[in-house]
Amino acid sequence: MAELSSFTIDGLKCMAREGTSIIDAARQNSRYIPTLCNLEGVPPKGACRICSVRVNGKLMTACTTKLSPGMEIENDTSELNDLRKAIIEMLFVEGNHFCPSCEKSGECELQALAYRYKMEVPRYPYFFPKRPIDASHPRIVKDHNRCILCKRCVRAVKDEKGRSIFAFLDRGFETRIYVDPDLAGQLTEERARKAVEVCPVGAIMPRDEAFKTPIGQRMYDKKPIGSDV
Amino acid sequence: MQKPVIATASLAGCFGCHMSLLDIDERILDLIELVDFNKSPINDIKEFTAECDIGLIEGGCCLDENVHVLREFRNHCRILISMGECAIMGGLPAMRNGISVRECLEEAYLNGPSVRNYNEGKVLPNDEELPVLLNRVYPCHEVVKMDYFLPGCPPDAELLWQALTALIHNKEMDLPYEVFKFD
Amino acid sequence: MAESVDSVIARYNSDASRLMDILIDVQSAQGFIGDPAIAKIAEELGLSTADVEQTRSFYHFFSKKPTGKYAIYLNTSVNAYMMGRDAVARTFEVEAGIPFNTVTRDGLIGLFDTSCIGMSDQEPAAIINGKIFPNLTPFRVKELIRDIRAGKSVEELVVEGYGDGQNSNPDVRAVVRNNIRKIGPVLDPDYKPGEVIRKKLTEMTPQQVIDEMKRSNIRGRGGAGFPTGMKWEICRQAESDEKYIICNADEGEPGTFKDRVILTERPKLLLEGMVVAAYAIGARQGILYVRHEYEYLKTYLEKLIAGAYKRNLMGKNIAGIEGFDFDVRIQYGAGSYVCGEESALIESAEGKRGEPRDKPPFPVEKGYHGQPTVVNNVETFCSAVKVLLHGADWYRSFGTTDSTGTKVVSISGDCRYPGIYEVEWGFSVNDICGMAGAEDVMAVQVGGPSGSLVGASDFDRVLCYADLSTGGSLIIFNHTRDLLEDVVLNFTSFFIEESCGSCSTCRIMPVILRDKLRKILDARGVKSDITDMLEWAKVLKSSRCGLGQTAANPIVTSIRNFRHLYDQKIRGEMRYDTGFDLTRATQEGMAATGRYTHAD
Repeated sequence: MAELSSFTIDGLKCMAREGTSIIDAARQNSRYIPTLCNLEGVPPKGACRICSVRVNGKLMTACTTKLSPGMEIENDTSELNDLRKAIIEMLFVEGNHFCPSCEKSGECELQALAYRYKMEVPRYPYFFPKRPIDASHPRIVKDHNRCILCKRCVRAVKDEKGRSIFAFLDRGFETRIYVDPDLAGQLTEERARKAVEVCPVGAIMPRDEAFKTPIGQRMYDKKPIGSDV
Repeated sequence: MQKPVIATASLAGCFGCHMSLLDIDERILDLIELVDFNKSPINDIKEFTAECDIGLIEGGCCLDENVHVLREFRNHCRILISMGECAIMGGLPAMRNGISVRECLEEAYLNGPSVRNYNEGKVLPNDEELPVLLNRVYPCHEVVKMDYFLPGCPPDAELLWQALTALIHNKEMDLPYEVFKFD
Repeated sequence: MAESVDSVIARYNSDASRLMDILIDVQSAQGFIGDPAIAKIAEELGLSTADVEQTRSFYHFFSKKPTGKYAIYLNTSVNAYMMGRDAVARTFEVEAGIPFNTVTRDGLIGLFDTSCIGMSDQEPAAIINGKIFPNLTPFRVKELIRDIRAGKSVEELVVEGYGDGQNSNPDVRAVVRNNIRKIGPVLDPDYKPGEVIRKKLTEMTPQQVIDEMKRSNIRGRGGAGFPTGMKWEICRQAESDEKYIICNADEGEPGTFKDRVILTERPKLLLEGMVVAAYAIGARQGILYVRHEYEYLKTYLEKLIAGAYKRNLMGKNIAGIEGFDFDVRIQYGAGSYVCGEESALIESAEGKRGEPRDKPPFPVEKGYHGQPTVVNNVETFCSAVKVLLHGADWYRSFGTTDSTGTKVVSISGDCRYPGIYEVEWGFSVNDICGMAGAEDVMAVQVGGPSGSLVGASDFDRVLCYADLSTGGSLIIFNHTRDLLEDVVLNFTSFFIEESCGSCSTCRIMPVILRDKLRKILDARGVKSDITDMLEWAKVLKSSRCGLGQTAANPIVTSIRNFRHLYDQKIRGEMRYDTGFDLTRATQEGMAATGRYTHAD
């Protein structure tokens, strides 16, 4: 077993194994670094940029950067927290996030982060993009209005031959998730559930189930996201 | 010292935020001690009769009339507050953003299942007296400057109470996590 | 008969990592890549249609719908507009009878916009079925459409005569001009191909080659300026049996075209540089990644590579050095600026979307197919050959202490002599203007859109890594130009068009900033809009790659250096203006209900 290396987060001495991602290393030391796109067991992508920290002064994403000994990491600073809030606000204006009517409300990681960073209103104008809801698949509904393009579904859900069921289509501001019609049609229940589970927002929903948990008992009703760290 | 004056309005909203304001229960009596109400559906005063300290706006702007009312509030209120999701981001009415006005009107007056067989003249209401639909629903701060934002659908009564008393007493708000919600 | 999809797939042995080439060949053979082709490719390569679609949809020149028998891609760069693109585009639309980004009903002509195509000194320019048509005028456009309608082939559309130098080579036959205005040690035509491989490599160890590079202090010429010797050394030391050399000839920074000229005039020097680098790091395979816009050089470059094999300058036991084997293949891009970023380029060469990778690990540790890879700019490889030929001391006699050697720059815009100039590092912006015959200069864009827009007070600043660093794009603007409308808005739109979309910051923020800029240009701006832009742009610094990190540079540097232009446009007396316009907002509702009067 590799030896523990020491590093600091916001000046506090921490220990973790070299090569651990900074986000995990921080968690092991009870320091929370927020993320939307990172998912345990799936290669990191650095898509949302919310986990940006300063490593020895340089902006890096904590999900993709591996720990090396002696790193001095800034995390809970006003600069970085405002950066994260700004990114959350950008995601809110980019799509159509109608929390009051969303089945994922209360369990949505984007919303929970907005709570944690006390987003009252995004500082940017809303785009109100015209986006479809794709209900053509037997087990899942893909609501593009709510998609934040974190690529979790792309990375985490493949078919038994390793082929992509979800993929990015187009690029830039036009980027959206493409759902392979054939493979989505053959999606097993287990994979469909996984696709729903990995989605941090309400962009991939099961067809036959909604508003299961009463308000007040949902994941982020009482405690902010990251409280478990 | 004169009591602060409050005005309220519901634009493209459902009055749920106003209901939530009433949901402060017995503290409504304290509120009446603390402030005077001017133009508001709560007391049914239709026109401004005084300059106000605080304006509470529920709902976004989906009609030209909403814009006129909002601008009037901006002119008469020192502090203007977006109350609830519709005022802040358009809310459920804004789900029509991205659908053309014509399609909305046709669905509502010509093609919808509840009207299909009854609108014999196939008329879209067009009287000059009627307000005009805007091309989309606008959050209030995309029309005039708004000073504060109280999220929620509706905002928790506790949030409204805390915000109002904080403003009136010129204090910082100390909000518990549970009351700051978007739904 | 168009080549079948099956035969294309067979040519690449159903290798999924060659998906780019398969898509390029299908697009080229059939004019589009439709659903049946995608399904076929997916099946044969063992992929899902999602896997194929994600790559296909990423690149500008891959189209799902037919692009017309004559697919006309007209450049949208700032230089094109400065040289009259509006009139040219309008003439195309009138003559073809269709708006841009559509195809005529008979399927004959397709009109499309495209980002900078590397012809900034001969704009407006278009690509028609891979062939370049520079210096367009409305008159010329009428001729082109008339000849197309008359059934002439793309080759027959050429009336200008071929360009200078190798542009008239039978394998090139391009109307393009080199416009080489100043030659220095790198572009020096007095060069014997293969001399360094045969005379120097045979006498030097790989480490000695690296040491010489380090001593020369040469840094990457693509713009980032990483020390080349160090890059090679790290890669040499990385433990792996397979290592790769990649030449980045994907120059896409608007205003840059120097690599196009080097590829045309000094390709042997470039290939020799790749061999030198391969020797130094121990690579057996190399890739020359060329942007799609330079497809017209394909046959020419392929023949040159074949020639190098014949002369034992590539292939097995190169120049008689036992065990020194090195193969090079050309990888074409398909229209994506971000692929100029080295890790995005590698992704693209592997047949994927050109999304940059998170670093570390850097390509020198984990690059092409996960193996240590050196990616260098065209000019870097060329300079490396000269470093070995004449020695590090000779090389260091050029330029400054910090920035040694020379730089090939592409100068365009408002000047009498646009073209490429090889100059020693340390020249000033004033020198540039003087050299190119520019007068009445208001601003110079140094380093393309991702660089800085500098004004007169900075014209004595010098180009070097420590001050104004540049990959070589210099665009000059005189006082007749509207910098905000013509330049800053154009550049910002360019970044929006070319963002890969993978980082939230780079996907969204440039669009927010462009809208804000438009608000100011629409005379609805207030002072806080300017400060908002400066403040909001900061999130871009957390983007993964250079594109995102610099996407706000046009706005930020123009605010810094030309603040008065913004101040003139905003409404000084207003403190708040949302830009909301009631008359505009009610138009649709009025029209839908047949009402015509509205009082605001």
